[in-house]
Amino acid sequence: MDAPVVASGLTKTFKVPVRQGGLKESVKSLFRREFRLVEAVKDVSFEIGAGEIVGFLGPNGAGKTTTIKMLTGLLHPTAGDARVLGYQPWKRDKDLLRRIALVMGQRNNLQWDLPAEDSFLLNKAIYGVPDSVYRRRIDEFAQRLEVTHLLDKPIRNLSLGERMKMEIIAAMLHGPEVVFLDEPTIGLDVTMQRRVRQFVLDMNKEEGVTVLLTSHYMADVSAMAERVVVISQGSLLYDGALAGLAERFSSHKTIRVDTTDLPADLSGLGRVLERTPERVTLEVERDRVSEVASRLLAAATVTDLAIEEPPLEDVIERVFTQSR
Amino acid sequence: MTTENPFSLLSYYRAGARVGFQRDLQYRMATFMVLVAFLFEPVVYLSVWTAVARAQGGMVGGFDEGQLAAYYVVWTLVRIYNTAFDPKAWEWRIRDGRINTFLSQPVHMFHRDFSFFMGSKIAWTLMWIPIAAVLTLIFRPSIAWHPVNVGLFLVAIWGGYAVRFLVLYVLGMINFWTTRGSAIFGIVTALEMIFSGRLVPLQLLPAWAQDAAAWMPFRWTFQFPIEVLIGRLDTAQMLAGVGYQAAWALGLGLLFTVVWRAAIRRYEAVGN
Repeated sequence: MDAPVVASGLTKTFKVPVRQGGLKESVKSLFRREFRLVEAVKDVSFEIGAGEIVGFLGPNGAGKTTTIKMLTGLLHPTAGDARVLGYQPWKRDKDLLRRIALVMGQRNNLQWDLPAEDSFLLNKAIYGVPDSVYRRRIDEFAQRLEVTHLLDKPIRNLSLGERMKMEIIAAMLHGPEVVFLDEPTIGLDVTMQRRVRQFVLDMNKEEGVTVLLTSHYMADVSAMAERVVVISQGSLLYDGALAGLAERFSSHKTIRVDTTDLPADLSGLGRVLERTPERVTLEVERDRVSEVASRLLAAATVTDLAIEEPPLEDVIERVFTQSR
Repeated sequence: MTTENPFSLLSYYRAGARVGFQRDLQYRMATFMVLVAFLFEPVVYLSVWTAVARAQGGMVGGFDEGQLAAYYVVWTLVRIYNTAFDPKAWEWRIRDGRINTFLSQPVHMFHRDFSFFMGSKIAWTLMWIPIAAVLTLIFRPSIAWHPVNVGLFLVAIWGGYAVRFLVLYVLGMINFWTTRGSAIFGIVTALEMIFSGRLVPLQLLPAWAQDAAAWMPFRWTFQFPIEVLIGRLDTAQMLAGVGYQAAWALGLGLLFTVVWRAAIRRYEAVGN
């Protein structure tokens, strides 16, 4: 079976008007407008297999949302091709639109003045969801996201987190096969983030939903995606296992040692990240890890030693900084 | 827009109209106040033209006092049915990105907006009834309660809504090319005030203006439904009017289809 999401050399160039500040330039622009071409996405290719959750990472302005907009049919690429469930998304075939969902974390798509259930009923009609399926899904989703008691409350009276949960219910009501989640947990507290993540994971596991997820919260990505696609300045930087990201982009690992009798001078071993009377954390070059670990074990009475990849946030920050 | 399954579309219209109805009923006091504010305009027009009619021996432009009163009382209802998705709202829809969600759904947003406003009109009509009762007691309008007039009025008022909705929807497309469409909307609104019969019945305008009005859709959105209910047209004229409405709706619908394709091509090229 073909992969549900295929991007092949996707490129998007925007023609952006440019003008210097000042009155003279304002007048000049009336007669002669100048434009600059901005390559938002450059030759991006990847595939997402059925039932896969892929994290789509990149700094602000990297081209993530532009790529998602091309994959959901909102933008026409300047070059390249894409297939979602076998369709070219920008042709916006109704059959495709019935089988996908787009959740944009910063947008409110529900009826502000009405209870969520009224918006759900509208989506039921848009997607032709049968009555029995609709009721079952609403009950189940609301229970899982713990919003059953809020279904009859107007959206405007809900908290940001509660609204986001309702947005996700509305998006999942028609049983989409592919879901594009653009910052689904933005602005939510930790508990809300966890609930939303678990819900997406459940949908993926139980209904085989394929997910492309963008998030600035690495906790989202590490909890949901085993694979990540990283883009920066419009170009693909990495496509592979989340676990491999640190190996590829970080030349260091961290060694955490629980001990009370390490020598004071550790400068020959690595950079000291943290030191307390009971614990030392060192940043060590990847190819010196075993040597440094052996030296630590020989030099002190060690009660515990852990070798870890650096935190995902640090790796991502390094990736983004290096790619600039 | 034309390839929807009529049965699922019907169920969508029902759902959309319900949302529009509930939304406006939610703020019934605000809606009622807007309706009361709507009254100022026709009451001023009615007072002026009644004074003119009295000064001319009871008639002006073929309208007696009762018909003038009827014109402006029915005006208040037609005004409700003339509200539609504002071209300026397109600017926000594009700017805040909500259009993206609508574009990613399998039902064209035209149906969404059209059905919402249909539901909204039913809510407004319910709130208009007590206002109309008071106006009737005060101004004693001469309404043609003949079943043919009432039946064709129901067709004409919804037909007027369809035509005006399409006029505004086509105008709204300008927002895909510029964020400075307000000047154009302003000109069209000014033309509409004069040539729709909203300011004064077209019969009171000079002959050249009446000729010009014949080439515009506005008369069919505003004055025509009023004339049907106040009994100024015979059956053939009323049926012809409904035909004109259908023709305008069809023409504007086709125009919208063409402009929409171009607008979306542009949106796909530049985004928001």
